[in-house]
Amino acid sequence: MAPRDDGIGASVRRKEDFRFLTGRGMYTDDINRPGQLSAYILRSPYPHAELVRIDTSKAAQAKGVVAVFTGADMAKDNVGGLPCGWLIKFKDGSPMKEPPHPPLAQGRVRYVGDQVAVVIAETREAARDAAELIDVEYKPLPAIATIDDAIKPGAAQIWDIAPGNTCYDWELGDKGAVDTAFKKAHKVAKIELVNNRLIPNAMEPRAALGDFDPASGDYTLYTTSQNPHVIRLLMGAFVLHIPESKLRVFAPDVGGGFGSKIYHYAEEAIVTWAAGKVKRPVKWTADRSESFMSDAHGRDHVTRAELALDKDGKFLALRVSTLANLGAYLSTFSTCIPTYLYATLLAGVYTTPAIYCEVRAVFTNTVPVDAYRGAGRPEATYLLERLVDVAARETNMDRVEIRRRNFIPNDAFPYQTPVALQYDSGNYHATLDQALKAADWAGFEKRRAEAKARGKLRGIGVSTYIEACGIAPSNIAGALGARAGLFETAEVRVHPTGTVTVFTGCHSHGQGHETTYAQLVAEGLGIPIENVEVVHGDTAKIPFGMGTYGSRSLAVGGTAIVKAMDKVIKKGKKIAAHLLEAAEADIEFKDGKFAVAGTDKSKAFGEISLAAYVPHNYPLEELEPGLDETAFYDPKNFTFPAGCHIAEVEVDPDTGVTQLVKFTAVDDVGRVINPMIVEGQVHGGVAQGIGQALLERCVYDSNGQLLSGSMMDYTMPRADDLPPISVATHTTLCTHNPLGVKGCGEVGSIGSPPAVINAIVDALSPLGVRDISMPATPQRVWQAIQGAQTRQAAE
Amino acid sequence: MPNVSLTVNGKPASADVDNRTLLVQMLREKLGLTGTHVGCDTSQCGACVVHINGRSVKSCTVLAVQCAGADVMTVEGLAPDGKLHPLQEAFRDNHGLQCGFCTPGMLMSALDLLKNNPNPNEHQVRHWLEGNLCRCTGYQNIVKSILAAAATMRGGRAAAE
Amino acid sequence: MYDFAYHRPNSLADAARLAKNEEAKLVAGGMTLLPTMKQRLARPSDLIDLGGLKDLIGIKVEGSKVTIGALTPHAQVAASADVQRAIPALATLAGGIGDPQVRNCGTIGGSLANNDPAADYPAAALGLGATIQTNERAIAADDFFRGMFETALKPGEIITSVSFPVPERAGYAKFKNPASRYAIIGVFAAKTAQGVRVAVTGAGNGVFRVKAMEDALARSWSADALKSITVPASQCNGDIHASSEYRAHLIGVMAHRAVQAS
Repeated sequence: MAPRDDGIGASVRRKEDFRFLTGRGMYTDDINRPGQLSAYILRSPYPHAELVRIDTSKAAQAKGVVAVFTGADMAKDNVGGLPCGWLIKFKDGSPMKEPPHPPLAQGRVRYVGDQVAVVIAETREAARDAAELIDVEYKPLPAIATIDDAIKPGAAQIWDIAPGNTCYDWELGDKGAVDTAFKKAHKVAKIELVNNRLIPNAMEPRAALGDFDPASGDYTLYTTSQNPHVIRLLMGAFVLHIPESKLRVFAPDVGGGFGSKIYHYAEEAIVTWAAGKVKRPVKWTADRSESFMSDAHGRDHVTRAELALDKDGKFLALRVSTLANLGAYLSTFSTCIPTYLYATLLAGVYTTPAIYCEVRAVFTNTVPVDAYRGAGRPEATYLLERLVDVAARETNMDRVEIRRRNFIPNDAFPYQTPVALQYDSGNYHATLDQALKAADWAGFEKRRAEAKARGKLRGIGVSTYIEACGIAPSNIAGALGARAGLFETAEVRVHPTGTVTVFTGCHSHGQGHETTYAQLVAEGLGIPIENVEVVHGDTAKIPFGMGTYGSRSLAVGGTAIVKAMDKVIKKGKKIAAHLLEAAEADIEFKDGKFAVAGTDKSKAFGEISLAAYVPHNYPLEELEPGLDETAFYDPKNFTFPAGCHIAEVEVDPDTGVTQLVKFTAVDDVGRVINPMIVEGQVHGGVAQGIGQALLERCVYDSNGQLLSGSMMDYTMPRADDLPPISVATHTTLCTHNPLGVKGCGEVGSIGSPPAVINAIVDALSPLGVRDISMPATPQRVWQAIQGAQTRQAAE
Repeated sequence: MPNVSLTVNGKPASADVDNRTLLVQMLREKLGLTGTHVGCDTSQCGACVVHINGRSVKSCTVLAVQCAGADVMTVEGLAPDGKLHPLQEAFRDNHGLQCGFCTPGMLMSALDLLKNNPNPNEHQVRHWLEGNLCRCTGYQNIVKSILAAAATMRGGRAAAE
Repeated sequence: MYDFAYHRPNSLADAARLAKNEEAKLVAGGMTLLPTMKQRLARPSDLIDLGGLKDLIGIKVEGSKVTIGALTPHAQVAASADVQRAIPALATLAGGIGDPQVRNCGTIGGSLANNDPAADYPAAALGLGATIQTNERAIAADDFFRGMFETALKPGEIITSVSFPVPERAGYAKFKNPASRYAIIGVFAAKTAQGVRVAVTGAGNGVFRVKAMEDALARSWSADALKSITVPASQCNGDIHASSEYRAHLIGVMAHRAVQAS
């Protein structure tokens, strides 16, 4: 039988596209409820200040205003703080410092954008007009804007419970083994670098609409979330104390997330609580300016690292010391990003036998920092792949050869790293070879010479990366401090006529689950893809879910669907055995038919489903009617996508402008269900990685004011900033999930930044430039060139 | 409260608005046309692009009162009878959208490009999209979609002639 | 946005009368004013929409002069065959402002009246020695720009058109702010019947001329003539996108490229 054109491996056109293309998507701000009010949140203009007095009386009298609330009002109702989902421990085993995080500030504000009060009014403009009438007396306090400021002796204290502004000082790895290895080193390569702070900027600003039904006492929250069940759990149990049975959270179409819509945000709790107070629906939608100062930011590390090498260029040990900025409060998953999603990746694709990493995470008077596409893994990869290039230079080895020499060999899987992870499969030589060929690495020197003749500096850079995703085995995560399970849930509901609705706990905000999952089910149950609908985002419909992040939707969510389908097929076989008067063991399910092995007797899928719902001829004494199965799947391990990215750049020495000429990605994401979608995911991830490497820079001034606070000052990648991105895959299968899938959402943003920076350093290396910081803006590149020329002139 | 009457997607429409109501607010909140999106407040992102009197414009930077009597076309007007416009078809065929939020603005912007330049090259398409931000696709498949649509539309025109 | 009274006058005289109110603001394309109002950074009592004054749209070439109506959008200037023929650098400049949607709305009169220190049109006006015609008088570009967002316009005075002398040669080179698309540095260099002019936008608190470059180019109109000329960093602003030193350096590079493009 020919492969299906709508099954696994086919570039099926997306089922969700029709509504998006015709303007019929339904995003949170598109939803309006009868009697709806608007909320405007008054935010602190100060990075750090005592809230001496808040007088809302004038605002409360303003035209169109229904209510004004402050932190004191929420406290009166015993509203709790926004919880942190991951407990990290100090080196001595004591728990991290975990300050309170009230949805509306109480007593003190701690960053520009911190929520001070909420005005509920008939219209959005009326609410904003009235907010200007709120009289707040602030007593400004010294502010901490950067990591460097936070750790200075005598620095201002943001939280009394966190001396030295330290949330935790954590470590991973064998320090003794690393120290011993460094003593034997032939060479040591060192690097100091900053992983630049980023602002996620999903195109849809966050929004939240709270609704309350006074008749039933039921609450509904419509929100821009990547994981509605998690919001229901966190907000219901910890913040508003609403039982799950009385709280529905619905994340409809969501316009991009990239991590920033994982977390439980204050505004969600504020509108839900306020709806209950005023007994009318309350909607809040962020302006982009508010997004800049209230969406969790990403990255923001300062790191020193050194790599010990033997005389053959083999890596002996790696020592890393990182300072990570967490912002003013702990966002939902902030604490695990610079620890378990970072240091555990420091083996990379290499056999480095000893690794030690220490991470001190600090509070600053800035927006909370949390996961942003890649989350910890781009930071680890950037550090490693920059350091390997430095090591190549120190040892006079070829950049590609030193990587090959240290790769984990193809026959070494499963491979236990010294930093807790066990890689199940991979072939790093294959992705490297394929990428070198696609990028014409061998022909580069000719292109460099040709560019030089035109007055341009051309460079090429490579990065061979790995990541851990498919988050996550709950028992492992729990042992490491996670406060939630990380399994996934699926319900496969077969209707009487054989059509299917799949309910998934994952959430699609661009990834195309409605199509990819439908492909799995179409192939798995042998039915046309048109007969499969995928439902996500609504806690009222879906049994449970942990949502979408960490490239988990296929490896974990997809596997849950497979497990539910297995149950459907198992039950279907029993029904078929009854109808066909055969033994259950003799029933085979193939191509949508239940057949008696070795005979031509069979029943179509639709006949079985009909029998299940119209059980006139049915084994009622041993089997329940109906064909509707739910599975919870908890993965056995993480998955480990890996690959090779190559960037080629041309620098204009007059202006410092870097033009990215070509970008090549060869990724091993495991089995590919929909190549078109996988390619699109890689494009998007690479674009964000290029954004980090060349364009995007979150800047606070020394007083804690956000200078890059709008799209006028924060550079989002545009179409003409990006080169054509060449994408290919090389597959090794994941060994511990039935689909063999690994995940593709984050590879692009993980592999690409070091490839770009390595290429720029390569371009500038003839001038003696050895390093350049991200983002490599024209000014930075120009300054590096000027500095090198000044140095050369002096020599 | 001024009443603004205009033509939207070929049909007369009117609503009471404030002087400070933006066209995009009128479309979304008064006329229920939520296909046009708001992605920023500094006129950078282009999620709100519509056509006013045949030219692409950012509807977040125009007052509704300024549009009295104007002929406005939004994404909802691209496929009036449910049959996708060649641009919409091309975006679907080439995976030119992911989360879909920037898509209406991209389509309306691209439509203006192809009206003025039916045969753009890749560089011209990328340059034209200066006023439209997308965070999902890296633009690659958007550019591919627009080039594919241009070819189809040229072909269609040639066939019709 | 704060609320305001809205007016859409049908005559220049009515517009001018309304504009006497110092709390009022004129709006042409609105590409700067409306975003500013949305951010609540401007609070005009009245908004006077010039959109009804269709007479102020249009491009005329007469002899050695190109006259552009104040309400002519950038896209129209960029696409004008007349402008492309007479002053190609002006068409290039107009085609590089903002993005296509901004160019469909934004107008030359609005841009000049706003005099953003990083806007493009002031460089062309000063670089070509344009004449700004208002409902009251003609103002030479040299007298028009008065520093950051300040011009010679009085309350009630409205730009009606701008006349550019057709130069022998002219070029514009812009180093864009990667986020906003305004000029980090824009240099307009022109060789006109009245002499050589080099105008710089984006560098300081307002557009300015660089005499040393003008003198050098007057001696020899070539990019090489600019080689040893630098603008001191003290004349340039610094911000998160570009330090004053980098801006000063870019003036040299962009001037070079402007002459090359001429």
